[in-house]
Amino acid sequence: MTATLPPETGAAGVPAEPSPAAARPALAQDWRRLVRMGAVGAAAQIFIALSNMPVRLDERVVVKPVLSLGYLTLLIVPFAAGHRVGHQIKREGMAVHAAGAQEVVGGIACGAVAGGGVSLLAVLLANFDLREPLVNWSPILAELLSFGNETWFAVVIWLLIGAAVGAAGGLLRLMGPAARRAVVTMALAVGGAAVLEPLVVDLAEGMRLEALTDRLYARRGGINWSSALGLAAASGVLAVLGRGRIRQARTHIASLEGAKRTRANSGLIVLTGALLIVLPLFAGKLTNELLANVGLFVLLALGLNIVVGLAGILDLGYVAFFAVGSYSAAVLTAATSPRINPELPWLVALIFVVVITGLVGLFIGAPVIRMRGDYLAIVTLGFGEIIRLIFLSDWLSGWFGGSQGITKIPGAGIFGLTDVAGTDPRRVFYLVLAFCAIAIYVSWRLERSRLGRAWMAVREDETVAEAMGINTVNVKLLAFVVGAVLGSFSGAIFSAKVGSVFPNSFLILVSIVILVVVIFGGMGSIVGVIAGSAVLIGVLGGPKQPGLLAEFSEFKLLIYGALLIWMMLARPEGLIPSVRRSRELHQQEMAQDAWLKGQVDDDLDGDDGDGPQAAVAT
Amino acid sequence: MMRRRRTRSGAPRSGVDWFLTFLRVAILTVVAVGILAFIAQEIDTDNPFARWANPDATGLTGAQFRGLVVSGVAQGCMYGLIALGYSMVYGVLGFINFAHGEVFMVGAMTGMITSNKLADAGLWESNFIGSLVLIVIVSMIVCTLTAVIMERVAYRPLRGSPRLIPLITSIGVSFFIQNASIVLLGPAAKSYPDVPDWVKDKHTFMQIEGARILVVVVATVSMLVLWYLVEHTKGGKAMRAVAEDAEIAALMGINVNRTIVKVFAVGGAMAGLAGILWGILFRSVIHSTGFLPGIKAFSAAVVGGIGHLGGAMAGGISIGVAESVGPLLILEPLGVSGVSQLRDAVAFAVLIGVLLLRPAGIFGERLPAEDRT
Repeated sequence: MTATLPPETGAAGVPAEPSPAAARPALAQDWRRLVRMGAVGAAAQIFIALSNMPVRLDERVVVKPVLSLGYLTLLIVPFAAGHRVGHQIKREGMAVHAAGAQEVVGGIACGAVAGGGVSLLAVLLANFDLREPLVNWSPILAELLSFGNETWFAVVIWLLIGAAVGAAGGLLRLMGPAARRAVVTMALAVGGAAVLEPLVVDLAEGMRLEALTDRLYARRGGINWSSALGLAAASGVLAVLGRGRIRQARTHIASLEGAKRTRANSGLIVLTGALLIVLPLFAGKLTNELLANVGLFVLLALGLNIVVGLAGILDLGYVAFFAVGSYSAAVLTAATSPRINPELPWLVALIFVVVITGLVGLFIGAPVIRMRGDYLAIVTLGFGEIIRLIFLSDWLSGWFGGSQGITKIPGAGIFGLTDVAGTDPRRVFYLVLAFCAIAIYVSWRLERSRLGRAWMAVREDETVAEAMGINTVNVKLLAFVVGAVLGSFSGAIFSAKVGSVFPNSFLILVSIVILVVVIFGGMGSIVGVIAGSAVLIGVLGGPKQPGLLAEFSEFKLLIYGALLIWMMLARPEGLIPSVRRSRELHQQEMAQDAWLKGQVDDDLDGDDGDGPQAAVAT
Repeated sequence: MMRRRRTRSGAPRSGVDWFLTFLRVAILTVVAVGILAFIAQEIDTDNPFARWANPDATGLTGAQFRGLVVSGVAQGCMYGLIALGYSMVYGVLGFINFAHGEVFMVGAMTGMITSNKLADAGLWESNFIGSLVLIVIVSMIVCTLTAVIMERVAYRPLRGSPRLIPLITSIGVSFFIQNASIVLLGPAAKSYPDVPDWVKDKHTFMQIEGARILVVVVATVSMLVLWYLVEHTKGGKAMRAVAEDAEIAALMGINVNRTIVKVFAVGGAMAGLAGILWGILFRSVIHSTGFLPGIKAFSAAVVGGIGHLGGAMAGGISIGVAESVGPLLILEPLGVSGVSQLRDAVAFAVLIGVLLLRPAGIFGERLPAEDRT
C-alpha cells in the first residue's frame, strides 16, 4: 500500500520512514511464519478445489488456450502467500530491509507449500473415496488437477506451479513503485477485458465494431493470447507514460477551491450522466438488464447508506422496506391483487408507496431506536423476517396472495408517455437512473445539511451528540424513515420490472448483500456505494440476478461472506472511503497509546497493494 | 407552572415514548386477551367470549397441550445450549457472535456425516448409545475447533474496535460458513440414519418421545457440568474475571487471550452438543439449519439476561415453549388462521416484546465493565 497511498495520508501522524537497510541474505527466512502461512494457503487451496470452483469455472476462459478462470482460482492463493510472506512488520525506529533475494526465496518456498495443498489433495483423490459427504470429490476434479496425467504428475506440477507463482509474488516486492504500477495495470487490463467480455461484445455489436471484438476475443470466449499480450503491452506503456497523471489530476481537483471546484465536480457529474444516458442506446438487452439490476441495488444501497453509513444504525432488516415497497406497489397497481385492487397508475401509486413505507419505517424504527446498537441489529433482522413471514402466511394470503405472491403487475407508466416493464430493460434502466439521480441528490444534500451533521454526530458518539442538544431519538428515527423511503423506490421499480412479487424474493440474504455492498464501497460515501454496487452486483451478481461472471452464481454468496470479513479486517472504511468517516476511524486509532499506534500504523501503511485498492489508486 | 412528565432517565417524554408505551400496552393486551379467550374455550367451547374472534376455534385437549409444552421444552433446551455460547461471548467480549448459530449447524452436519459412516459400518444399529457418545465427542471437537479458528481469524484482530465492527464481521463469518457448507456438501437436506424404536416411540411416561427425554436429560446434565466448570474451577474463575474487567484481569496475571479462546471453545462445544441433539430429534440437517435456531438462541440469551448461564437455559425454555404454544394459545383464539406458519414470527415477537418490556432480561444482565450503562 505504501506505493499506492497518496503522500497526504502518509503525513497524518505516520513518522517519516527510516532509510532502508541492506537486503537480508536469501536464506534468512522466518521459517515458522513461512510454513504457517504456506499451510494456511494449502488449506485454502484444498477448500477452493473441493468447492468445485476450478471445475465449474474451467469453461470460462480468460486467455485463450493458456488460462481458464478455474485454474486462476487455484493460482491466486500461492501468489498471495508468496507476496505476503515477504511483508515486513515495520515498527517505529526499526530499520526496514530493502527487498532482495530473501523475498523471492521466501515466495518460492511459501508458494510451494501452498501449492502442495493441491498435490496432497490429488494424492487423496486418487486413494480415498470421500464422495459421501463431499459432493465434489470426483474423478473430474482429479483429472483437472493432474491435467489428465498420472497422480505423481499432479503432485510435482502443483509444487512447481506453487513455487513459480509464489516467486512471482515475491518478485513483485522487488519492483519499484513505477514498475509495480505497470504490472498491476497490465494484470488489471487483461483481467478486466476478460471479465467484461459479455459487456464489451454487447456494446461493440451496438456500435457496429464487431471487427474489434473479433480481434480481441476468441470465438468461444476468452481473450486471444496474442491480443492479451498486445493489451498488456499497451496498458503497461500507458501506465509508464501516464505515471500518476490520474492521481495528479485528482489531487489537483481536490486542491481547487470554491467555485472552481464546484465547476470541476459538476463537469464530471454531467459527463458521467451523459455517458450513462448514451451508453444504453448502443447496448443490447443483456447489458441493459445488467445496468438496471446494478441501478436497483445502487438505490437500495444508497438508502441503507443513510441508515448505516450516515447515522451508524446497523439495520439488518433493510429488505423489509424493499418488500413493503414492492408489495404495496403491487397491491395498488395490479388488477390481480386479491383484496384491494385500485389499479392506480404507477406514479400515483408511488406516492402511497412512499407514505406506507415511511409509516412502516416509523413503526419498525420507534421500538428499536432506543436499543443498544447490536440488539437493534438483531431485532431489525427479526422484523425483516417477520415481514416476510407475514406476506407468506395463510393468514393474510387474502391480501397478499401468500406463497403464490401477486403476479401480472403492470409496468410503470410515466404520464402516459411510456410504459416501463421488464420486457424492455433499457426503459427500466432509464427509470432506475432517474430515481438514482434523485437518491444521490437527496443523499448528497442531506449529508451536508444540519440533519446530516446530526446523524454523523450520533454515529460518532451518541452521548456527546445528545449533550450537544441533538434529539438523538428523532434524528435516528428520521434516518430510518429516509432509508425506508429510498428502499421503497427500489421496491416499486422492482415489482414493475419483474411483473410479480413473491415472499421469497425478500429473504434476509438480500439485506446482507446490500450491507456487503455498502461496506465494500465505503460506509457513508456516496461514490463508494455506487462503485460498490457496480463492482459487486455488476460482476458477481445480486442475490438472484446474474452478473458478468455468471459462472460464479454458485459461489458469489461465499465470496460475499469472505469479502465482508476481509473488508472489516483490512479496510473497514471501504473501497472509496468518505473522508470524514475514515478520519473518524483514524482518530480512534490515534487515540490509542503509542504501542498500539505503532501496530495500527503499519496496518495502514504496510498493507500489500494487491487487490482492489490498487485498482482504485491507479 | 406546567410540569412535563419525565421518564426515568430524566429526558422529556417524546412521541416515541408515547408510542412505546402504547406498544407495551398493546402487546400485553393481545397476550392477555388471547389467553383469556383460550381459557374461555377450554371451559366451554360455546361461551360467547370463546367465539368472539374466531368462531372455528376448538381449543386444545389436555394431551395436545402437554405435547406442545413438552416439544417446546425439548426445543428450548437446545436453544438454551446454543444460547450459552452467545451469552458467554457477549459477557466477555461485548459483541454478538452472529456466526454462533453456524457453529451449531457445523455440529449437526458433523453428526450427520459421522453417524452415516457409523451406520455404514454397522455400529449405529448394534451399539446406539456408544455411537451416540462417539458422534457427540467428534462433533464437540469439530465445533470447538470451528469456534476457536473463528475467534483467531476474524475476531481477535478486531478486539478493541467499535462494537458494530466485530458484529458485521460475524455476519460475514456466518454467511461464509453457510455457503461453504453449500459448496462443499451440496445444497440438499441430508438425513441422519434411522434411530432405534425406543428413541422414536412415545413412552408410557407421560406419552413423551424418547428423543425429547434424551434431549432434556443431556441438556440438563451438560448445563450442570458447565455451571460447575464456570463457578468452581480456576479456569471458570478466570472467565468470570475477564468478563468483569479484562484489563484488571490481565493485571492479576490472567492470560486474557487464552481465557477468551476457552470461552469460545466452551460455547462451541455446547453448540456441537446441541447440533447432535437437533439431529437426533429432527433427523435432517441443511445448510440453513443454524440460522433460525441461532437467532432464537440469541433471543433466549437476551430473555434470560445476557452473561447469565442459568438465564440462558431458562430463556431457551421460555422461547421454546412460547413458539410452540404461543401461536395456538394466543393467535388462534384471536382469529388468525394458519398459525403454525407464524411460529418463527412469534419467536421474534417474544424477543422484541422482552426488549420492550424488560431489556435486561429475566435475571438481569452481567456485562463487561465498559458496556454497563
